[in-house]
Amino acid sequence: MLFKSMVLSNHEVSPGYYRMRVTAPPELLSASPGQFVMVKVRDSIDPLLRRPFGIFDIGVLPAAYDGGCEQVYLEMLYKVVGKGTAMMATLHNGDVLDFLAPLGNGFRMGNPQGEKVLVGGGIGLAPLYFLAKKLVENSKVRLFIGGRTREDILCVTEFERLGIETYVSTDDGTLGACGLVTEVMERHLTEDGGDKTIFSCGPMPMLQAVADIARRRSIACQVSLEAHMACGMGACLGCVVKGSEHGDSHPDYRCVCKEGPVFNFQQLMWV
Amino acid sequence: MKPDMSVEIGSLKLRNPVITASGTFGYGEEFKDYLNLEEIGAIITKGLSLKPRAGNPTPRIVETPAGMLNAIGLQNVGVDAFIEKKTPFLRTISTPAIVNLFGNTIEEYAELASRLEQVPEVAGIEVNISCPNVKQGGIVFGTDPKAAATVVRAVRSETTKPLIVKLSPNVTDVVEMAVACAEAQADALSLINTLTGMAVDLRTRRPVLANVTGGLSGPAIKPVALRMVWQVAKAVTLPVIGIGGIMNATDALEFILAGATAIQVGTANFLDPAAAGIIAREMEQYLAENGIAAIGELRGALQV
Ligand SMILES: Cc1cc2nc3c(=O)[nH]c(=O)nc-3n(C[C@H](O)[C@H](O)[C@H](O)COP(=O)(O)OP(=O)(O)OC[C@H]3O[C@@H](n4cnc5c(N)ncnc54)[C@H](O)[C@@H]3O)c2cc1C
Ligand SMILES: Cc1cc2nc3c(=O)[nH]c(=O)nc-3n(C[C@H](O)[C@H](O)[C@H](O)COP(=O)(O)O)c2cc1C
Ligand code: FES
Repeated sequence: MLFKSMVLSNHEVSPGYYRMRVTAPPELLSASPGQFVMVKVRDSIDPLLRRPFGIFDIGVLPAAYDGGCEQVYLEMLYKVVGKGTAMMATLHNGDVLDFLAPLGNGFRMGNPQGEKVLVGGGIGLAPLYFLAKKLVENSKVRLFIGGRTREDILCVTEFERLGIETYVSTDDGTLGACGLVTEVMERHLTEDGGDKTIFSCGPMPMLQAVADIARRRSIACQVSLEAHMACGMGACLGCVVKGSEHGDSHPDYRCVCKEGPVFNFQQLMWV
Repeated sequence: MKPDMSVEIGSLKLRNPVITASGTFGYGEEFKDYLNLEEIGAIITKGLSLKPRAGNPTPRIVETPAGMLNAIGLQNVGVDAFIEKKTPFLRTISTPAIVNLFGNTIEEYAELASRLEQVPEVAGIEVNISCPNVKQGGIVFGTDPKAAATVVRAVRSETTKPLIVKLSPNVTDVVEMAVACAEAQADALSLINTLTGMAVDLRTRRPVLANVTGGLSGPAIKPVALRMVWQVAKAVTLPVIGIGGIMNATDALEFILAGATAIQVGTANFLDPAAAGIIAREMEQYLAENGIAAIGELRGALQV
């Protein structure tokens, strides 16, 4: 769906990281965690393409006055890395953005009895909050979150407020345990297999390590990927990743935008 | 009165001159929730080859100022899967579907054309000649007038469908290429395909695209495209289809003034999946507001 949104708030939550809330049409309430949005940052030819972002949260604001309307909102958590995100960081309340959303396939929630293990690296935390909100309704959820340094650890209190046990780690030890998030997670996974699911989003080397653990210990695992995208809807074939069956003579490319961004780790080729 | 927006590309009659460009509109179906496909003149499908093709490693796309580079590598499902899986949807719309095709040898082009000749959902063929000829040391067909003409003749002998030849801008003299393809019995010419370019990452000291080079598209190439369309339209009597950086009705009408009979919308589909429909509507509105009875009145009306 294409729609215009008004910025409701946009503030820096940690150096270089912003959280933006915008108005959204009621239809967006049916979006599922792990789906993403494509944003046209400015109505101009530079930057040209839309930028993809995960859905950090979707919610409803109560009517501002008696007889007023409820307002659906969408939140994004984003890191300033280049031209488009730098422009987003300068937007103010009342500015208008153009959205194409919701896109792609989100996380599959699985059996509510099983434990849910969330693993986020840096800005990869973004799609996990909306997921966590839905999961805690029925399941036990633990979150492992890692970053290079303390400033890369975002929104921990939001997760804790949901009643989620949260484990923090940083590469330099400035916050939480010193070391990789995957090492911390592995230490806390007492038993192999079982009715557990790992949900993960973050940089590729981290996802690779998560997939390794899932394979070794026979744990179900879904990962959310990033890729450079032009269309976000399966038309340009710019965003592909190698599927598990990929070989030179029998190519198996999967569209991150249409078949993903969330994949079962076994669907993908890991190097 | 409603202006007459219809145009003819050979024997193909289009309700309006707005066509979606190959590789930017999938197989049409991807866009059906975003625009009324009956509102546009024609759809051109993703470049098709005899056998499925894997395409290039990633990253395949990168944005550049007012444009983008792509090195998709012509990933596609191959002709068998196209006929089996993609034509059923095309049957459900009245908008003509033109198939963009390519090969690595003259024989592949010819065989593909002959396979499609029997497929009723295929309203026309657009031949992409911007491909390396593997039998001739990889020289791109579209950069040598003789090789291009050979491809066109080979396809012509296998098809009775309207035949469009898509020209590459990566040549010294586009008019020479256009004339060669016209003489080889093409029904129309479309131009331009992407301009070869590259992007460099200073931090990693590597090219951004895995393929090193890629094709530039978007507003950045519009001035080059306009110039080439204008030159070619003056030199041949065939209908010319203008492509390159068309984002709105104004851009589209500029190409018509420069001599194009129809236009293609490419990269703009990525920014707004409804773009082609909006452009068609706004072109018609421009005609109505300016008392122009038919789009043909603007064709080549550029005063130089
Ligand atoms: C499905 C998906 C979900 C994402 N969710 C988030 C999120 O919730 N929060 C967040 O901060 N970032 C997210 N990203 C990454 C985000 O899209 C990029 O950081 C952003 O596009 C950078 O734009 P820019 O103009 O600032 O950077 P530039 O480097 O100037 O961008 C140039 C081009 O490269 C593309 N690009 C650059 N980095 C990336 C990247 N890492 N992934 C994909 N494309 C990239 C841009 O889209 C643009 O087309 C997500 C990416 C994907 C694919
Ligand atoms: C992602 C992408 C894929 C493309 N694939 C093809 C293709 O398969 N065959 C072809 O003839 N042209 C292909 N093109 C070129 C377009 O059809 C068009 O000629 C070009 O993009 C210029 O138009 P634009 O500036 O409006 O995008 C592709 C372009 C893009 C951006
Ligand atoms: S972004 Fe275009 S196909 Fe995925």
